[in-house]
Amino acid sequence: MKIAVCVKQVPDTWAEKKLRGDDSTLDREAADGVMNELDEYAVEEALKLQEAHGGEITIVTMGPERAGETVRKALSMGADAAVHLVDDTLHGSDALATSYALATVLDGRDFDLIFFGSESTDARMSVVPAMVAERLGVAQLTFAQKVDVDGTSVTIQRVTDYGFETVVASLPAVVSVVEKINEPRYPSFKGIMAAKKKPVETLSTADAGLDGSRLGLAAAWTVVEDFAARPPKATGTIVTDDGDGGVKLAEFLAVQKFI
Amino acid sequence: MSEVLVVAEHADGVVKKVTSELLTLARTLGEPSAVWIGPGYCDAAAATLGEFGAGKVYVADGAQYIDHPVAPRAEVLANLVSEHSPSAVLIASSADGKETAGRLAIKINSGVITDAIGISADRIATQSVFGGSTVVHSKVIKGTPIFTVRPNSTPPVPASTTLTRVDVTVPVSELAMKAKVTGRTVAQKDGRPDLAEAAIVVSGGRGVGAAEGFAVIEALADTLGAAVGASRAATDAGWYPHQYQVGQTGKTVSPQLYLANGISGAIQHRAGMQTSKTIVVVNKDSEAPLFELADFGVVGDLFKVVPQLTEEIKKRA
Repeated sequence: MKIAVCVKQVPDTWAEKKLRGDDSTLDREAADGVMNELDEYAVEEALKLQEAHGGEITIVTMGPERAGETVRKALSMGADAAVHLVDDTLHGSDALATSYALATVLDGRDFDLIFFGSESTDARMSVVPAMVAERLGVAQLTFAQKVDVDGTSVTIQRVTDYGFETVVASLPAVVSVVEKINEPRYPSFKGIMAAKKKPVETLSTADAGLDGSRLGLAAAWTVVEDFAARPPKATGTIVTDDGDGGVKLAEFLAVQKFI
Repeated sequence: MSEVLVVAEHADGVVKKVTSELLTLARTLGEPSAVWIGPGYCDAAAATLGEFGAGKVYVADGAQYIDHPVAPRAEVLANLVSEHSPSAVLIASSADGKETAGRLAIKINSGVITDAIGISADRIATQSVFGGSTVVHSKVIKGTPIFTVRPNSTPPVPASTTLTRVDVTVPVSELAMKAKVTGRTVAQKDGRPDLAEAAIVVSGGRGVGAAEGFAVIEALADTLGAAVGASRAATDAGWYPHQYQVGQTGKTVSPQLYLANGISGAIQHRAGMQTSKTIVVVNKDSEAPLFELADFGVVGDLFKVVPQLTEEIKKRA
């Protein structure tokens, strides 16, 4: 089985994020870069499937050179090889351009399964997996809390508001995972050493056969007019419970007409 | 006035509140036409859509539209966009809604903005990003603008119209049928409002300490007619089901009132609730960062404060 896992480097999940003043894109220099947290679950799920069914795992990423750290992390977790699309012209790409670039890189490599985390913690759109499925013309199995592969078919539990749907498709398929699905492993020392020798194919947009006019900030189909920090909230009333905290709280809710 | 498509969210033939909100918002952009996809269209649904100003409803009735996730919905909408050339498409910012918007954007060569909390008459969307710390205004500059809009962003205001039903049949492509829904499992029928749509949310976090601890959270929620939420710490510990998680990797909520109990307020959680209108925090740690967001906070043991609050509300009822 050939498995791809698409990963993204994002600003540290626990750091405050900012937009850049010059072009209104995410300031990626302002915080440490880490692998998007949900993508770690995607890597883990791929590794578990590989343990059960064999095959090869390729990490696919697009992003600046420093995203190579995220590629190394995925390789040190146990993935076999990686493709890194890196090119200045990609800067500022929106979800449409990102899905175009990823789908182009993935197309023709005969992957049976293409994994994603269900959202990135920076943009939080949750649309790229569905867009890649649309572009590749393969089944979309997204928001999976469980993935089972049996021969040439794949079954997932898709998380919904009311519980979950069981969704089945024939391979190939795009699968995105939620964090409930597993517990990602930490890279072992052995894994970290082994990752240094694993093949990473670095592609420019020209290498990948991408049309540059469809990439980057200038090609985005949405434009930021302006942005501003949310004004800080006025300090509220904080009381210490002296046995009547609940009553005081009820009083506040009554004044606010909630009760 | 130009036509604006509003995708109706519904379950068991009942139109969800977010659709009334989207119709209200759509009236400031043009003439709203609702789009009903899937089985279950009924008089009650028609009444709600008409009450909130839909002049038309396109009904694509049939199980084939919901027995395959997302893709058939995008096909129905692409078909309607090409036939009727609306000036915008509005979809609720649910997981399905955003994915539908994404696929539709590719099909109709249009820009898409997700998680809008407002759209001005000249179609500039307001988004609250990075856990509510930054407000962004942006617009679509290509094709038919597609917006997904967060629940609880626009107060629904009735504007009664005469609703005209237009039946549409869009064949579902083979591609869209590649993924098939073979079962639906209802995890928990708790009778509480939908977390994303609820006017009041009562949440519990690490301070709740155990699954059993959520009984006091649920009791308060039920007294207020609220939905129950949980922080990542609580869902990761298995104390409360995952689908109730509020935060960066869970649901984003924006209720009128958010009561956080035993939640310290890491950015992971704030990202999911910071835009709530009124925030109440109960935590025994006076240093908990969530107090910075609180309109009212109680430093104290939630197992004393919350039951007392529940009793007090019952007394006043």
